[in-house]
Amino acid sequence: MTLNPSPELTARPGVPRLIYRKPDVLLDRSTHYCPGCGHGIVHRLLAEVMTELDLPAHTIAVAPVGCAVFAYDYLNVDFVEAPHGRAPAVATGIRRVRPEAFVLTYQGDGDLAAIGTAEIVHAAARGERITAIFVNNGIYGMTGGQMAPTTLLGQKTTSSPSGRDAALMGYPIRITEMLAQLPGVTYAARGSIADASLIGKLKAMIKRACLVQMEGGGFALVEALSNCPVGWGMTPQESLDHLKGPVIEAYPLGVIVDRGVAAAVAAAAPAAVESEA
Amino acid sequence: MTEPLETGIRPRSSDKDSGRRSRVLMKGNEAIAEAAIQAGCDAYFGYPITPQAELLEWMARRMPELGRAFVQAESELGAINMALGAAATGARVLVSSSSPGISLMAEGMSYMAGSGTPMVLVNVMRAGPGLGGIGPSQSDYFQATKGHGHGDYRVPVLAPASIGEAMELMATAFELAERYRTPVMVVVDGILGQAMEPVELRFRNPERHAFDWALTGAAGRPARIIKSIDLVPEILEKRNIALQRKYAEISRQETRWATELMDDAEYVLVAYGTAARVARSAIEKARARGIKAGLFRPITLWPFPSRELARVARHAHAILTVELSSGQMVEDVRLAVEGRCPVGFHGRMGGLVPTPDEVVGALKALHGKVERTRERERKQQQKRHAGRAEGQSAHGRAAVTGPPERTHRAEADAHASVRDGGER
Repeated sequence: MTLNPSPELTARPGVPRLIYRKPDVLLDRSTHYCPGCGHGIVHRLLAEVMTELDLPAHTIAVAPVGCAVFAYDYLNVDFVEAPHGRAPAVATGIRRVRPEAFVLTYQGDGDLAAIGTAEIVHAAARGERITAIFVNNGIYGMTGGQMAPTTLLGQKTTSSPSGRDAALMGYPIRITEMLAQLPGVTYAARGSIADASLIGKLKAMIKRACLVQMEGGGFALVEALSNCPVGWGMTPQESLDHLKGPVIEAYPLGVIVDRGVAAAVAAAAPAAVESEA
Repeated sequence: MTEPLETGIRPRSSDKDSGRRSRVLMKGNEAIAEAAIQAGCDAYFGYPITPQAELLEWMARRMPELGRAFVQAESELGAINMALGAAATGARVLVSSSSPGISLMAEGMSYMAGSGTPMVLVNVMRAGPGLGGIGPSQSDYFQATKGHGHGDYRVPVLAPASIGEAMELMATAFELAERYRTPVMVVVDGILGQAMEPVELRFRNPERHAFDWALTGAAGRPARIIKSIDLVPEILEKRNIALQRKYAEISRQETRWATELMDDAEYVLVAYGTAARVARSAIEKARARGIKAGLFRPITLWPFPSRELARVARHAHAILTVELSSGQMVEDVRLAVEGRCPVGFHGRMGGLVPTPDEVVGALKALHGKVERTRERERKQQQKRHAGRAEGQSAHGRAAVTGPPERTHRAEADAHASVRDGGER
């Protein structure tokens, strides 16, 4: 696989430089996401990265249960729907019989950090060569705004109406940090859609997580801290302010681990292996 | 994939001359695993559980040898969902477990049934409920045949009664799965999983077809989606109706059963798997004591051979169902028989297996009861006839006994499309 940036996006003398273009892999559909929701931004970033890396034609993606269950309505690639939380297991099955495919999972925080913890931990522990996109908005959006394992302390939700109380409901999980400890994880990072600059950084993280897979690395995970204006009971702008404030404070942004593809390959194969990195 | 494979089985010196057709002594779990491999299984996903662990172990050794996929999953949930992913790409996938693990797989099975993903699941049944025990059992009949997971669905369920038959049915299972885009279950009890029997090393690798639904990457074609969700009730109902049509088609085309000593049988034992083996021994003993008994053995538990059993019930004096359970299949037997003759049951639970003598005892009790009733009715009928004009029919007979004479009617022709399982 080689990098194949779209020619229109490359500056050429005398030719106007195209700075905005809808990636072909993004389908022309009206969104089912609520106004102000961050999923659309993450979809868009994924579509841009996949296009830039020439991935769509050999991608097999796994859709979660939750708001992003309809991801296949927006991304024009082969998709299989996984039961709630099981996307990493489904992706493992695909990976093991389709070594040539680009395997992508897209999960929310209820899906990945609650019901699907066993599947994500063990896919990561096995160092499955898959790219996992994890959208964390701290709430169960689709079912009406219930508390998630990632819900902040004190946050009111429909199932923590007096606010999340650590004594009764425990603490928010920083699952990306937990996963980053596993040697099978080649890359783990947390970004956010909170503003334009962070969106640019998030895109770079997603790109890196895709490249890790293309180059034969292990498990790669990007957590995208996102918002849920409806579930949080806020306007879109308020939700973005909240995201930039207490949410990012609870979930620090940045690359948590990047073991590099060489390390991943060495860990996977005891014999000496050629590597560019 | 159609090339014959080395089997990984070392024939004993007495077997070696006949090569691939030689008879060797094999453990059920291992024979099933090898039969799946020979049937072209591309990927296996499993989790250790007694009494099926040897199946997983055989795959752990053989699949990597052949460059095929093997993953010991973190749980049965993991295994069944790995199967979903691999099967969604068109691979031939096997998963195996035993009862408690099968319960965990109900979720994945429902998704696969709903999304039309072919896969074969082997259940080496042990005694329940809960953790139960590790002894053989057939107490997952309801689970296997009535839908397993949530939603309106069924899966074909194959129930071999010998290790040789289990090997043969593995190829059939993959065939059915791919032909109908459905998960298929193969159920054996712990005895068939653990016991060793001489088997013929005769394998079948079903022909591969190009799937117009498999996920391979959307190069040069529109993207494909494998899913079960549809939030528009009208559309979801259409999907459900299509699924039910598929099940009707499977019922018409794929019902399988076997019969033994049925030509003159007045008493019919209905049993599958190991229970059928016990029933076979019981039939011999019963015949030695003058009870004309025969065996009706469902091979597909779903679709259940109801029509054929109904036909049998028209001539039978009584039916005795034998199971390693509290009586699960007997409900389907009664539904099929519809009161045409009495239906008795004998079963053991907890990992115990009824002995042939026990079954003969149950049969004798049933036989005595039925013969007494028949005798009483014969007398009543004679009395009635004596007081009536000749040629009047015998309406009003108690439903509990089968009519002494009744001929086949049109119904028999209507069901001629049902495939005959034949004698084994």
